[in-house]
Amino acid sequence: MIEVKNVDKSFDGNHVLKDVSATFETGITNMIIGQSGSGKTVLMKSIIGLHRIDHGEIKYDGRNLPDMHMSEIRILRKEVGMLFQGSALFDSLSVLENVMYPLEMFSSSTKEEMTERARFCLSHVNLEEKAFHLAPSEISGGMQKRVAIARAIALQPKYLFCDEPNSGLDPKTSLIIDRLIYEITHEFNITTIINSHDMNSVMEIGENIIFINNGQKAWQGNKNEIFHVNNQKLNDFVFASNLYKKVRESNQQS
Amino acid sequence: MSLISTTGKYFLLMERVFVLPDRWKMFFRQFPKELEKLGLQSLPIVAIISIFIGFIMTMQTKLNTSNPLLPVYTTGLVTRDTLLLEFSSTILCLILAGKVGSNIASEIGTMRITEQIDALEIMGVNSANYLILPKIVAFVVMMPFLVIFSMGLGLVGGYFVGILTSILTTGNYLIGIQYAFVPYYIFYSLLKSMIFAFLISSIAAYYGYYAYGGALDVGKASTNAVVNGSILILFFNILITKLMLN
Repeated sequence: MIEVKNVDKSFDGNHVLKDVSATFETGITNMIIGQSGSGKTVLMKSIIGLHRIDHGEIKYDGRNLPDMHMSEIRILRKEVGMLFQGSALFDSLSVLENVMYPLEMFSSSTKEEMTERARFCLSHVNLEEKAFHLAPSEISGGMQKRVAIARAIALQPKYLFCDEPNSGLDPKTSLIIDRLIYEITHEFNITTIINSHDMNSVMEIGENIIFINNGQKAWQGNKNEIFHVNNQKLNDFVFASNLYKKVRESNQQS
Repeated sequence: MSLISTTGKYFLLMERVFVLPDRWKMFFRQFPKELEKLGLQSLPIVAIISIFIGFIMTMQTKLNTSNPLLPVYTTGLVTRDTLLLEFSSTILCLILAGKVGSNIASEIGTMRITEQIDALEIMGVNSANYLILPKIVAFVVMMPFLVIFSMGLGLVGGYFVGILTSILTTGNYLIGIQYAFVPYYIFYSLLKSMIFAFLISSIAAYYGYYAYGGALDVGKASTNAVVNGSILILFFNILITKLMLN
């Protein structure tokens, strides 16, 4: 579980996060949603430790990140997997080598064991064997995302962060990636935090949703509760499209 | 203020670079790749430039030392000393600041803007050490070989142009390149080039590592790496020459 308490973050006097508190539970998909520029990416990067917060607490199962020494942060990061918006696969390595990379850096397994683990992770994300030895630039965006997920879970992380996992993907591939993240979270009992503004994802896998508006937490709930909330800012965001307006109407009627 | 903060950031980055690698296995996997990329792949440009500079050095020296009072071996001697003292170390490094410096800055800069460096950091890897140390070590190790290669080819180039244009005899040229030879000049040149290699690679790595934004910013980082690397080479050239030759 990750607990965020009273977090503040400013950049050159611009107050981006204002007293944000939230709890991200283990074994479910936690989502941070909000408009572009609302501060959700800053919140996620602050939780990971890529941004140093001005004030507050970020506790990983009781361990407060701002109090940690660099060496402790590096140990913590070995428990963290991250799926980046642009996949962030290493260009100079093949698909298989990308997944083996964290194992080679941090595990004491033999080469055969590492290869076996990497193959297991890649097959777990339904990647075909023929793609294993291709360069990241030679595979599609959806496949790159799957490889990135495989790399993120290679070291069996306790915490998984996904930054805009569906960006640039078609709806069908997005759904596959969403379900994959959902299954991995439940199967391996991971604390997963997903940063998204894709409402399809929210409705598909949003088990714990935190809505950030103008740097503040404006709402927290799940995908079923979101239809019945009387929060103008949230409704403006969630039901911006006609499709979801109609979904809400039919949901309320039923 | 900007210069002070940039210098401070540079030294803080170097502090992160010069620590023992997390895994020596990963360092030694990366090291030969960098030797090949930064060193061996620079051989063609070094060869072309050195041969042509040898050509022109011999022709220009011969043209400007046609006084009968000067000894016949003057052309060979001037060509040799110019190559040994300045061209094959300083000028070559200025050229390599363009080739290698832009290569390092753009490679690391692209990794930065595509979040590959963030990915390394999230994994708990010291990205500065993992990415930059093999490049600096490889380029510093390769540089003396490139300089010696350049010296040799420059002298050969000078010889061929002298013979082919009939402005020199083989004997005069060979006497010239052996006359009053100071072996210390080789040591001076090699040491100087290794310092320049460190400057080129570390400055380029610095600009690449702190690149942000998009493709345009990677281009700017690359340009800054080449320009500032070149200026520092010229500055250190004076400093080293003053220390070692005076």
